[in-house]
Amino acid sequence: MIADGSEDEEKWLAAGAAAFKQNAFYMQRAIDSNNLKDALKYSAQMLSELRTSKLSPHKYYDLYMRAFDELRKLEIFFMEETRRGCSVIELYELVQHAGNILPRLYLLCTAGSVYIKTKEAPAKEILKDLVEMCRGIQHPLRGLFLRSYLAQISRDKLPDIGSEYEGDADTVIDAVEFVLLNFTEMNKLWVRMQHQGPAREKERREKERGELRDLVGKNLHVLSQLEGVDLDMYRDTVLPRVLEQIVNCRDEIAQYYLIDCIIQVFPDEYHLQTLDVLLGACPQLQASVDIMTVLSRLMERLSNYAALNAEVLPYFLQVEAFSKLNNAIGKVIEAQEDMPILSAVTLYSSLLKFTLHVHPDRLDYADQVLGSCVKQLSGKGKIDDTRATKELVSLLSAPLEKYNDVVTALKLTNYPLVVEYLDTETKRIMATVIVRSIMKNNTLITTAEKVEALFELIKGIINDLDEPQGLEVDEDDFQEEQNSVALLIHMLYNDDPEEMFKIVNVLKKHFLTGGPKRLKFTIPPLVVSTLKLIRRLPVEGDNPFGKEASVTATKIFQFLNQIIEALPNVPSPDLAFRLYLQCAEAADKCDEEPIAYEFFTQAYILYEEEISDSKAQVTALQLIIGTLQRMQVFGVENRDTLTHKATGYAAKLLKKPDQCRAVYACSHLFWLEDRETIQDGERVLLCLKRALKIANSAQQVANTARGSTGSVTLFIEILNKYLYFYEKGVPQITVESVESLIKLIKNEESMPSDPSAESFFATTLEFMEFQKQKEGAIGERYQAIKV
Amino acid sequence: MNYLLGAFKPACNISITFSDGKNRKQVPMKKENGQTALVPLFHSQDTISGKVCIEPYQGKKVEHNGVKVELLGQIEMYFDRGNFYDFTSLVRELDVPGEIYERKTYPFEFPTVEMPYETYNGVNVRLRYVLKVTVTRGYAGSILEYQELVVRNYAPLPDINNSIKMEVGIEDCLHIEFEYNKSKYHLKDVILGKIYFLLVRIKMKNMDLEIRRRESTGAGANTHVETETLAKFELMDGTPVRGESIPVRLFLAPYDLTPTHRNINNKFSVKYYLNLVLVDEEDRRYFKQQEITLYRLKEDASS
Repeated sequence: MIADGSEDEEKWLAAGAAAFKQNAFYMQRAIDSNNLKDALKYSAQMLSELRTSKLSPHKYYDLYMRAFDELRKLEIFFMEETRRGCSVIELYELVQHAGNILPRLYLLCTAGSVYIKTKEAPAKEILKDLVEMCRGIQHPLRGLFLRSYLAQISRDKLPDIGSEYEGDADTVIDAVEFVLLNFTEMNKLWVRMQHQGPAREKERREKERGELRDLVGKNLHVLSQLEGVDLDMYRDTVLPRVLEQIVNCRDEIAQYYLIDCIIQVFPDEYHLQTLDVLLGACPQLQASVDIMTVLSRLMERLSNYAALNAEVLPYFLQVEAFSKLNNAIGKVIEAQEDMPILSAVTLYSSLLKFTLHVHPDRLDYADQVLGSCVKQLSGKGKIDDTRATKELVSLLSAPLEKYNDVVTALKLTNYPLVVEYLDTETKRIMATVIVRSIMKNNTLITTAEKVEALFELIKGIINDLDEPQGLEVDEDDFQEEQNSVALLIHMLYNDDPEEMFKIVNVLKKHFLTGGPKRLKFTIPPLVVSTLKLIRRLPVEGDNPFGKEASVTATKIFQFLNQIIEALPNVPSPDLAFRLYLQCAEAADKCDEEPIAYEFFTQAYILYEEEISDSKAQVTALQLIIGTLQRMQVFGVENRDTLTHKATGYAAKLLKKPDQCRAVYACSHLFWLEDRETIQDGERVLLCLKRALKIANSAQQVANTARGSTGSVTLFIEILNKYLYFYEKGVPQITVESVESLIKLIKNEESMPSDPSAESFFATTLEFMEFQKQKEGAIGERYQAIKV
Repeated sequence: MNYLLGAFKPACNISITFSDGKNRKQVPMKKENGQTALVPLFHSQDTISGKVCIEPYQGKKVEHNGVKVELLGQIEMYFDRGNFYDFTSLVRELDVPGEIYERKTYPFEFPTVEMPYETYNGVNVRLRYVLKVTVTRGYAGSILEYQELVVRNYAPLPDINNSIKMEVGIEDCLHIEFEYNKSKYHLKDVILGKIYFLLVRIKMKNMDLEIRRRESTGAGANTHVETETLAKFELMDGTPVRGESIPVRLFLAPYDLTPTHRNINNKFSVKYYLNLVLVDEEDRRYFKQQEITLYRLKEDASS
């Protein structure tokens, strides 16, 4: 049915175009032979094709364009005729003899154009006559095109300021009046289309109207191009008249399009100065008009304007743009009760962006907007419309983007309230956005209060939210999020230890309630951050103000203990273990022996109870040894206990080579070069011998188990230890013991062995040779070794 | 053979020339055979003078009982063909009976002739002025020659010329108010006006303004009325809405109009009407007819 319709339409268009062409041909021939009478006759016949009612706007436009081209030729011919002495007044009368109105008016407009050009009558008179005569076409489609033709031919002939047609009698007022009148009439026709024809074709009609809207809008564009339309003219004449027409036409499509048109074609400066007029019209529009979009665009434009021209900002203040917009939006929302949440959010989002651009210094404005938004959202529950959610995220991101500084955003008291309305998933996204913004801008957040506020915002990634997680969060995403939180912690910083301590306390509070999954991500950076704090603590007794420092190392260590305690339960013993050691080291620096001992104890307990994997044990043990070796704070007793334990652990490792290595590493615990009290050569030797024994048995195990002798690597490693302590002058390490070890290795070497061990041994020997060359005590000691 | 032919041929050639023939304006006039010819134009009170030239054919003589020239104003009804009503008849005797041997010229003059009516060519009636030269012969029949002339009379600007204004309508369907700026128009005038729509409940296709001529001839039971539409001028395309006002501007010049004639010599009348016609989408016509008076204004005085 519809296909048939369009087919028929093609046919009609083709027929119309053919007849059109034929008459155009005759017209051209008449023009060529300077036959005015025939030219008029054939042009009228040609234009009669435009009288059709069968074509859709699209096809009609095709025909219209042909007519337009032909009429240009006719206009040139008219012009020539007047030069040849034909009176233009007569010509103007002559064209009106045509019996059919549509061709007559097209010809009249064409003749009118020539008439104006000859300047035999004031342009305004002719324009007025033309625009009045065009009333004869009441058919919407044909009327719109006719008036569009009138607008087209008159564009360069308006008595605008600076135009050649501006005379004493013609002022820009006349030009404006003319365009306004034509606009009004066109809009009326356009609106009328809606109400003609059967209701079932409503959709098609609306589509057709959509195709025609630019014809109407063109008039506004012409107005905006007039030199003479300055701010006064715009405010006093153009805008009120256009708005009157828009409001009175009471047509949804027209109102939406035309308001938007006004916003787009006239300069921002005008909008700014006439804001209350423009906004005043909004609540008067039909309820179905999408004012949201319109207002959003207006604000968008104004924001861009403000952003690009800093010098206009005072005007914004002067006209109280913000409060006007805010009021208008309030009214609009009030007027439309069942407005979708999306629209409201979009509106507030635009207003917020506007405020941020225009009044970056007025945080209270931004907060006000957020407050209104909260009010609007309240009672609606969480938003489940994805588009609205998206828009809300955009709204919330705006202040972050603008200020590049979360701190500012944190001052917005309504901000977290808005965040509340997001669903869980989105909250997480939002939180990530915030964190990212902080990272990007290296924003330091310096007070506990702000931290508190910030965490309120990013709850989404700090806490498991109250509601049951419907959707399993992707593991990778989760990790990424938590990593960003970890990064964030380092941005929370204050030079003042007291404040900093407060900050970490806040963090602790949040993290400990944040659910177990997150702890292993959040605790380490928190610990590190706290440790940093410890290092900055003023040395005790060195307080110049004599004030009792409320934050003491002890307190902090207690704090640390508490947070690390949380970890093994996660379970993340490994991590806790390391952190304990680090804390111990920090405590060492602070000369806090009992605390350090406590940390070590915790670490040992973890080692014993939680770390069961043999590989992990090796690593852990190495860490223990390494840390313990560096500890300065311990008294002999404590140290003995700890060292003893460590050696014990070493001996209990599962694999022989691990055992061996751990044991020889323990040797370091007994000999510290710079500390007289810890120089126990006996026990060093004991360790090394024990290591040798283990190495031996390791080799035997390898022999029996695999039928091949194991590597000598262990021996060479032990040799290196021997050399180390020999060099340090440990009396128990004798030349003989070194020599015998070398011999032993050489024996082993004779068997087929692996090349890496060989080269390792060679390097060791080379090293010895090198040390021999050295002057002084070291050289001498090495000289003693005979290889 | 030649003799025979010669016997049936008129014996002479008669021609009529006007003394100001070269300067006098000539207007086209449709002749009975459908062709148009240029005919000299006269006005009432003009003096009609000229010469009648009688030229016998070679070697012939014209015997006659007198030569006269007449100026006749005639009304001819087509349905009563052959019956002329002369409302004007002036005679000038040009020659006493005698014989004409050679070319002979007679001057004549009708001074300040009263020609109250205009030449008119209608559907059923014709009013014409003619100069008739008669060479009276007893037995062979008189020799006649005619010269048509056109008479047009100017009317002064009317003292009273009210506009035509009227509100018409069909209840609950269509209600309009129309206005024409005058009730009397001269022939080159332009009708200005507007149609104001007070109520529109029908879907309209278009609106036309027609000029109709009503010619009535005869009297009493024999009255014949003939109505012609001389102009059909589209005023509006499409359906207007309430409150819309459509301008009217109709130039009369291109149409073949005559002044209004009222009861010319009790024989005929010619009246003109403006007919406003609205056509709806079902091609139903709604119309309202208004008489206007047309008059001829002296050309240079016309505005």
